[in-house]
Amino acid sequence: MLDAQPQAEAPKTRIERPLVEVHDLTMHFPIHSGLLRRRTGEVRAVDGISFSVMEGETLGLVGESGCGKSTAGRALLRLYDITSGSIRIEGTEIGDASQSYLRRYRPKMQMVFQDPQASLNPRMTVAAIIQEPLDEHTSLSTREKQHKVLELMDAVGLNRAFAGRYPHAFSGGQRQRIGIARALALNPKFIVCDEPIAALDVSIQAQVVNLLEDLQERFGLTYLFISHDLSMVRHIATRVAVMYLGRIVELAPREPLYAEPLHPYTRALLSAVPEADPDAVQARVMLTGDVPSPANPPKGCNFCTRCPEVMPVCHKIDPASREVRPGRHVACHLYDPAVMDGPEDTAPERPEAAQADAGRALAAAVRQETTREDAGKAAPDNDAGQPAQTEAEGR
Amino acid sequence: MTDRLDAEPARGADHGTESLHMVPAGAVPGGMAAEGGSRIVTRSQWWDVWDQFRRHRGAMIGAAFLIFITLFVIFGPWIWRVDPGALDIRNKDWRPVYFLLWNGEAKAGFAHPLGTDNLGRDTLANLIQGGRVSMAVGWAAMLLSLILGTAIGVLAGYFRALDGLLMRFTDLVLALPILPLLLVMMLLFREPLRGAFGPEAGIFILIVTVIGITSWMQAARIVRGDVLALKEREFVLASRSIGTPAHRMIGRHILPNVMSPIMVSATLGLANAIITESALSFLGLGFPSDFPTWGKLLFDSVDRMADYPERVIWPGLAISLTVLSVNYIGDGLRDALDPRIRGQ
Repeated sequence: MLDAQPQAEAPKTRIERPLVEVHDLTMHFPIHSGLLRRRTGEVRAVDGISFSVMEGETLGLVGESGCGKSTAGRALLRLYDITSGSIRIEGTEIGDASQSYLRRYRPKMQMVFQDPQASLNPRMTVAAIIQEPLDEHTSLSTREKQHKVLELMDAVGLNRAFAGRYPHAFSGGQRQRIGIARALALNPKFIVCDEPIAALDVSIQAQVVNLLEDLQERFGLTYLFISHDLSMVRHIATRVAVMYLGRIVELAPREPLYAEPLHPYTRALLSAVPEADPDAVQARVMLTGDVPSPANPPKGCNFCTRCPEVMPVCHKIDPASREVRPGRHVACHLYDPAVMDGPEDTAPERPEAAQADAGRALAAAVRQETTREDAGKAAPDNDAGQPAQTEAEGR
Repeated sequence: MTDRLDAEPARGADHGTESLHMVPAGAVPGGMAAEGGSRIVTRSQWWDVWDQFRRHRGAMIGAAFLIFITLFVIFGPWIWRVDPGALDIRNKDWRPVYFLLWNGEAKAGFAHPLGTDNLGRDTLANLIQGGRVSMAVGWAAMLLSLILGTAIGVLAGYFRALDGLLMRFTDLVLALPILPLLLVMMLLFREPLRGAFGPEAGIFILIVTVIGITSWMQAARIVRGDVLALKEREFVLASRSIGTPAHRMIGRHILPNVMSPIMVSATLGLANAIITESALSFLGLGFPSDFPTWGKLLFDSVDRMADYPERVIWPGLAISLTVLSVNYIGDGLRDALDPRIRGQ
């Protein structure tokens, strides 16, 4: 695994224009209930997110389970009919396009799925699986297609002799390589990686992530890397977006975000990542309570029910995302000068929370298991490059 | 071998020795790496299927029996040249020839190897002729109900908009009392069809249609359930992300994966069709009374079953063994078509 530093510099030269622009993307799933199956509500899986992905970069999308990361990724590729919002790929609006119109743009954007077992048809051979996109979008001869399939298998490090086998004969890592080869078949520009490593064990995770990085370098790919593994995102992403309950709470370049998280939720999330250094004294921000239901989000800021630095205004007004420093967008009233410099009663309620903000020295260890989910798969990003599975998660 | 590949570093070239031409992992997709080994050497899938099928003993015995009985009913009339309808009152109530083994006095002989009925008609000839009709009705009605059931199940499962409509229609047909429905349809359509296609072909079409359209509901429900589950699987999503249109999606991803329930309902459907045809014949609403089928032979003999058990045993055996062999074939085929079971 490469060290973080040289990588941070390299893509900067390439970032010129946004490849994908998402504005106010909303995906609500209706809830039907009662005898007549009336629509009684909706799950606000993705609730107005905006971001852009620059050409050649990797945007990490992190958040705990159920916060809408995967839905955002799928909605972005229009695998769902989105509720509202705009999605532009290379300047072309696809937010409200019909599926038949979208077919032309499908080769540009592909997806790598979370569960490599479920994302491969058990009744098709590896060659047939990788060839499927070619069958759909090219008019190559059978021989040319086979040639291309074998080249793709080489590119992802699969033995050519396995082309005629079925997915069940492969290990998890190999299956994920098949999925990656399929995503690459049409020479896409943009790939949504929907937790591509979550179902793999740690040694294989490193291989797959390295493979993704290699392919990015070789083919000039742009990734949206969805993950709940903060260390892995730190390794691969150039910018990171943090989601909570269907919203993006913080969007920032990787290094500043990890060095100094601004949003209270990001701080809590990052403090849950275990350090490799046994002597490191880590201030742990413990969140209390559970994530509210996306079918019934709280009034005001979505995070106000669990925020350690909650203020009265948070329960009333939903904070808009604002650029507080160059390139750093945060949706929090703490960074809104209009709120913070305002009248006295809007100041932080709890003095100890302010202290935690200043030095992250004293954390109120209230509950041990609160953020297990986020910290669960987190592995330390040590210099040797092999992230080790940690059993000391969430502590 | 599968583990070995994973153990290799991702960015290293593939060091496999067993494949013919290895290209370093640096080969660019789309670039033409000129070499001759770019052909995917795979045996045709159907050879694998056949290999697995052959290993299923029950399926092989079933297939052998089905081929035998099919040939028997097709070519039987050329070998056993006795008219199944010919009455011969003087030689009525013959016993099968094997009765002579333990009863020298029995009325039996090689002129009628399986005996005659109470009107002197030859049982063997009737069995052959009846088998032709029963098999034809069984296969045709099974295929019809299978096509209907699969089509409705797949459409209802795949297209949300059609689901409610088609499934309520399925419930409606399921709720109809089948036997009265059959009787009404027979009464309504028998005469026009007989006029249009002749007495035998007309009644054949009618019976096949009637059985087909009253027995597709179970298959449709099972297939719909499986399609609903499959539709949410990630490989279908992956295919959608490529932009695969619905008809190819169904043909490529949905249908092959609902093969198992379709196979099962096919084997059950054949049995069901043969038995329903028998029931119709028994009620006097099937084929004309001088037109033998296995079911009809069975029912004709029921009232004298105690005196002449062989008249029930032979057609009953033919029906049961045919159904059983189809069941076993379906079982073997289902295993053979599943790549996860195959090769174990």
